[in-house]
Amino acid sequence: MNKHFLKTLLLTATLIFTSLGVCFAEPKKGGTLIAAVGNSPRHLNPAVQSGIVTGFPGAQLFATPIRYDNNWEPQPYLAESWEISDGGKTVRLNLVKDAVFHDGVPIKSSDVKFSLETIKKNHPFKTMFAPVVSVETPDEHTAILKLSSPHPALMLAMSSQLMAIIPEHVYGDGQDPKTHPQNSENVVGSGPFKLVEFKSGEHIILERFDDFFIDGRPYLDKMVLKIIKDPATRTIGLENGEIDFYAFENVARNIVRLKKNDNLTVTPDGYAAIGPIDWLAFNTKTGKTADVNVRRAIAYAIDRNFILKAIMLGVADEARTGIHPGSPFYEPNVEPYNLDIDKANKILDDAGYKKGSDGMRFGLTVDFGWPGLKPNAEYTKAALKKIGIDVTVRASADFPTWAKTVSNHNFDLTWDTVFNWGDPVIGVHRTYQTSNIKKGVIWSNTQQYSNPKVDAIMEKAGVENDMDKRKALYSELQKMLANDLPVYWTNTLPYHTIYSKKVGNPPMGIWATSSPMDMTYIKD
Amino acid sequence: MLLVLLVVVVLNFLMLHLAPGDIADTIAQTMGGADEQDMAELRKQYGLDQPFFIQLFNYVVRVALLDFGHSHFYNLPVFDLIMERFPATLLLVFSAQILSLFVGILLGVYAAQNPNGLSSLFVNMFSLFGYAAPVFWTGILLLIAFSLHIPIFPVSGMRDITIESGNFFVHFFDVLRHLFLPMITLASIFFAYYSRLCRASMLEVLGADFVRTAKAKGLSKKDVLLKHALKNSLSPVITFAGLSFSAVVSGAILVETVYSWPGLGTLAFNSIISRDTPVLLGILIFSTLMVTVGNLLTDLTLKALDPRIKI
Repeated sequence: MNKHFLKTLLLTATLIFTSLGVCFAEPKKGGTLIAAVGNSPRHLNPAVQSGIVTGFPGAQLFATPIRYDNNWEPQPYLAESWEISDGGKTVRLNLVKDAVFHDGVPIKSSDVKFSLETIKKNHPFKTMFAPVVSVETPDEHTAILKLSSPHPALMLAMSSQLMAIIPEHVYGDGQDPKTHPQNSENVVGSGPFKLVEFKSGEHIILERFDDFFIDGRPYLDKMVLKIIKDPATRTIGLENGEIDFYAFENVARNIVRLKKNDNLTVTPDGYAAIGPIDWLAFNTKTGKTADVNVRRAIAYAIDRNFILKAIMLGVADEARTGIHPGSPFYEPNVEPYNLDIDKANKILDDAGYKKGSDGMRFGLTVDFGWPGLKPNAEYTKAALKKIGIDVTVRASADFPTWAKTVSNHNFDLTWDTVFNWGDPVIGVHRTYQTSNIKKGVIWSNTQQYSNPKVDAIMEKAGVENDMDKRKALYSELQKMLANDLPVYWTNTLPYHTIYSKKVGNPPMGIWATSSPMDMTYIKD
Repeated sequence: MLLVLLVVVVLNFLMLHLAPGDIADTIAQTMGGADEQDMAELRKQYGLDQPFFIQLFNYVVRVALLDFGHSHFYNLPVFDLIMERFPATLLLVFSAQILSLFVGILLGVYAAQNPNGLSSLFVNMFSLFGYAAPVFWTGILLLIAFSLHIPIFPVSGMRDITIESGNFFVHFFDVLRHLFLPMITLASIFFAYYSRLCRASMLEVLGADFVRTAKAKGLSKKDVLLKHALKNSLSPVITFAGLSFSAVVSGAILVETVYSWPGLGTLAFNSIISRDTPVLLGILIFSTLMVTVGNLLTDLTLKALDPRIKI
C-alpha cells in the first residue's frame, strides 16, 4: 500500500461517484434552449431537402422510424420494433400505436409508405432507398418494405433526418413536395417539437409537442434557433451566455478559444455518421495528375501533420481514407503517405519528370471548395515547390463558380470537404464509382476515377448483410483506393459542439443535431 | 427615372448571369449533392434552361407588371421577402445617417473654431479612424467591448424573441437596445466624412465677409456660428449625405451580417452566396429606388436651407 495506490483508489472512487451522479441526474422539465445556427435553411422538410442546415430543425419537427445510439446500434423510435427476413430483402416495421402528427391525426403505416415514396422520388440521395421496390401496409401500424436486393444501408437511411415521416394528408395534396408551402409555414410534423415561427434568415422557434409519442418527452419547453452567419458574433454570443448551444463549429481558432471558457463544454463527439472529411482531389483523367506516380509524389510531399497542427490547430483528426475514422468501416492500415520529400522526388525522377534549369518539373493548378480550405491550397503551393511542381492557387468567387469548374473537370487539384452521410453506400461510393462520372454534377466522381475492381467491391459491399464480411470488403476497398489515390485524404473537418454547462444531455450520438433533442434539458 | 430603372434592371440581370454557376449548384451544395436529373429539373423549374434573351425579356416584362418573381432559395415571393426585411433596414440606415450627420456636424463645428488646436487634432484623428477602420472590424470590436466584456448590448438580432409579453415600451426599448451597436457601427464610417467636410466648409464660411459683418454687428459667438456660419456651410454636407446614401445602404450589408440584423443587407448577402438571382435583382431595384428617393429628399432639404436653389 503506497501513496500512488491511495491516489489511484481515491481517483477511481471519485470517478465512480461522478459517473453515478451523471447517470442518476434527473433531467429537468421546462426551459428554453437558445441555439445558434450558421445558415438559414431553405425550408424545414428533410424529406425533400438534405443537408445539416435543414437537418437540425428537421430532426426536431419530424420523427424517423429508428434512431441510433453512440455505438452505431439502431434503437426504436417511431418503429417500436423491426424484423429483417428473406436474406435482408424484407424489412417489417412495427410502429408505435399512439403516435400522432402535430395536428392530432394518427401516424399510420400509410404515412410511412407515403414518406418513403416521396423521399425516394425527391431526395438527392438516390442510393438510400433505391432497392426498395414496394411498401406494404397490412394494417395501420405495420409497414413492410420489400427490396430487390439486400441493402444494409437501409437501417441508417431510416434514421436521423434521412427518413422523416411526413403526413400524407398534408403533403399528398397534389402539390410538388419540394415547393410545398407547408415546408416552411404551418409545418405538420411527427417529432418532439412543433413549429411556432420560421423567419428565414432570422430565427426558428420550436415548442414542445405535448402529444409526442414518447411519454414525458421532450424535456425542453422551447427551442429558439437563432440564425447567426458571422462566426465571430456566434463566438461572442457563446462567451457572454446569450447562446446556449452551437453545433457544427469548424473554425479552428474559435474552437481553441472557446475551449478556454470555463462555462462552456466543447466536444468533437457526435459527428461520426455525418463524417466530414477534408481531402485533396486529383483529376485522374487529364493532365499530369492522370499519372498515379504524380499523385503519389504529391501525397508524399504534403505533410498531413502540418495541416493537423498548423492549419487545424490540433482540433481535427487524421483521416487516411475516404471513410470517416469514427465509422466502423474505417481502415487505418493503408499506405499513410507520411511526409517524405526524397521519396516524392525519386518517384517523379523515375517517372521521367525531370527538373528544368529553374528547378521546376511542371505546373499545376489548385482550387478550393470553400474559404476555410484556402490555407490548405496555399500550403500545397509551398509544399509542392519542394518537389519541383509549380502550383497556381485559383480562388473561386463563390461556391457555384468552384462547382462549375470542378464538376466540368477543368482542374488539376482541388481541396474539398465531403460528407459520408452514415453508410458508405450513401456518401462514399459516389466519389469512386465509374457509373457516377457525371459532368456538371458536383460531388459525383469528379476525379473521373475508374477501376473495375473497385466498382466490383463497392457493388458487393453494398448488398452484403454480414457485418464482418462487409468490413473486410470496405477494408480492401480503402487499401485499393489508397494505392490508386484518386484523392489524398488528410483530416476530418473539425466539427465541434459547443454548449453551456447548464445544458444537459446534448445530442452526442452519431448524427449530432441531425437527431432529435427530446432528451436535452436545462439544468437548475 | 423609368429609363434609369430599365437600365439598372438590364445591366444587373446581365452581370448576374455572366458569373459562372447558378442556383442549381447552390441548392446541390445545401443538399450535399444532387444528381444530373435533379440538376436538370431545378434548372427547368427556374427557367434557367431558356436562352439568355428569353430569360431577360421575361424578367423585364414581369418587373414592368410589378412582379419581381419568386425566390429560388426561399420559395417565397421576392416582393414579400423584401417588404418583410425593409423596415429593419430603413430603421438602421436612417438612424445611422441621422446620428452620423448630427455627430459629424457637431464635431466639424467644434473643430473649425480652433483649426490648429488640440480639439481639431482630436477630430482629425477620430475622422481618420473612421476612414481607415473596416466596418465589420469596428462591429466586432464593439461587440467584444459592449457585449462580452461589458455585457450591456446583445450580440445579434433586432429583438429578444424570448420576450413574449410586455407593453409597447418593453418592446420599444428592446429594439433600441438591439439597434444601438449596429447603428454606431454603420454611422462610424460617416462620422468621419461629415466632420471633415463640415470642418472644411465651416473654415471657409467663417472667413467670409458676411460672417465678419455679423461679428462687427456685435452678434454673440453662438449666433454667428449657428445662425450664420453653420447654415451656410451645411450645403456641401447635405449634398454629400444624399450622394453617400447608396454607400450607407451598401454598408448596411456588412453591418447587418455582423449583427444578424434582419434587414435587406442580410437578405442580399444570403442571395449573393446562394445565387438567388430574383431576390438579388429585386433588392438592387429597390436600392435604386431608395437612393433615388434619398437624392430627392436631399434636394428638398437643400431647397429648405437655401431658397435660392431651384429644383
